[in-house]
Amino acid sequence: MDILFLLIPLSVGLGLVILGALGWAVWRGQFDSLEAEGERILKSD
Amino acid sequence: MNQNSGPAVVYNDTVVRQFSLMTVVWGVVGMLVGVFIAAELAWPDLNFGIPWLSYGRLRPLHTNAVIFAFGGCALFATSYYVVQRTCHVPLFAKALASFTFWGWQAVIVAAAISLPLGYTTGKEYAELEWPIDILIALVWVAYAIVFFGTIGIRKVRHIYVANWFYGGFILAVAILHIVNSAEVPAGWMKSYSAYAGVQDAMVQWWYGHNAVGFFLTAGFLGMMYYFIPKQAERPVYSYRLSIVHFWALIFTYMWAGPHHLHYTALPDWTQSIGMVFSLILLAPSWGGMINGIMTLSGAWHKLRDDPVLRFLIVSLSFYGMSTFEGPMMSIKTVNSLSHYTDWTIGHVHSGALGWVGLISMGSIYYLIPRLFGQKKMYSVKAIELHFWTATIGIVLYIAAMWIAGVMQGLMWRAINADGTLTYTFVESVKATFPFYVVRVIGGLLYLTGMLIMAWNTWMTVANGRAVRVAVPAPQAA
Repeated sequence: MDILFLLIPLSVGLGLVILGALGWAVWRGQFDSLEAEGERILKSD
Repeated sequence: MNQNSGPAVVYNDTVVRQFSLMTVVWGVVGMLVGVFIAAELAWPDLNFGIPWLSYGRLRPLHTNAVIFAFGGCALFATSYYVVQRTCHVPLFAKALASFTFWGWQAVIVAAAISLPLGYTTGKEYAELEWPIDILIALVWVAYAIVFFGTIGIRKVRHIYVANWFYGGFILAVAILHIVNSAEVPAGWMKSYSAYAGVQDAMVQWWYGHNAVGFFLTAGFLGMMYYFIPKQAERPVYSYRLSIVHFWALIFTYMWAGPHHLHYTALPDWTQSIGMVFSLILLAPSWGGMINGIMTLSGAWHKLRDDPVLRFLIVSLSFYGMSTFEGPMMSIKTVNSLSHYTDWTIGHVHSGALGWVGLISMGSIYYLIPRLFGQKKMYSVKAIELHFWTATIGIVLYIAAMWIAGVMQGLMWRAINADGTLTYTFVESVKATFPFYVVRVIGGLLYLTGMLIMAWNTWMTVANGRAVRVAVPAPQAA
């Protein structure tokens, strides 16, 4: 099962990238006023 | 929609129009091939002894046409539309966006020619040979540049949740395609996989299941989170839950692949991990499904009058059904009965016809009138008719495959007192015949619905014209 040496680091690495994206979104205030954002798309095209 | 006479910035809807129309065209083609091969399974003589029409060659043509041509065009069209509308900017790199359209059509045509000729890598859902694989990779990188570039130049600070789903889908598919398609060329249309034996099987199903998870789920969830609120004219039931849904889904999906390889040469612990992660996936899947359906909370009456909304909401009930069925089938003891039977085919089609098909059709019904300057589709009655033919078709299809699958599983494992098998394989094939016929009827109904949609689209476009929609002026956020 040598393939696990490729797939597990790849999947863990991807997990870390996703974690980084989540961190970025949280710290940049993307999720600060959530319910208002759900309404916004209904207002304009 | 403010259409000033001044030099207002307009959305790039040309590429959205192109992809939307091709979604309908490839839908008809892919489903037609599907009905034909379903008929071949019931009446094998239908290949007329012609190699190009044999089941083995047309089956990958069917899967590629419905997943990557029909589903792919729907994803391109809706993602380009949604990212522009929610970011309030036209697409980044217009020429690259145009390249993704023509490049993707070239991939589809190459598949439609090479698969019947017998060129295949033999990898399920990744059958195309290496020169086509390279073109796919180029188109996909261009797609990522256009999509993330548009996010990068956005005028709205918040990135709407649908874009997260589309973005996750684009990134994951790029990685999956490149890793799984690693191959050594041996001539222009021949290659060998870079991996061998069980290693190859593991990569294949790591790819295969994530193709389901990211191509056929995450991307279409992006559609769900934009088009259901827009069509229902209500915000998502819980925007907070939609964010949790996204992160939970993409953190868990990557590990579910080994459930395709239960009771094979794959180590037992790897199979068990695949099973456990598949069971965990039930939680985010149902969270998202409930969130989408509850968006109608307090406005259920709209379902009665609006067939487009019905497409979108019923697709979610099929999503809920197949994301419950999937984890159950990944349990090893259930899998020992279901695997290699037509139950799997039934499961796939409740996801494909029910979830992916209906949500795409609903979204395209939303888009077509808006892209061609009309208030609604040419015939709302025809949408209604399409809805019912499609739904009845799906029910016939999956019910027939459930019964056939469980029956096959039971017949194959039946053992006499002396330890010999009770049934020969061909006896199970014979017993399946009536269910194969019912499947053809179900598929025919679903195809009929698609033809109604094609006619309705044609009439709407013929009576309309391509409109230029101005980007709203930036406002304080």
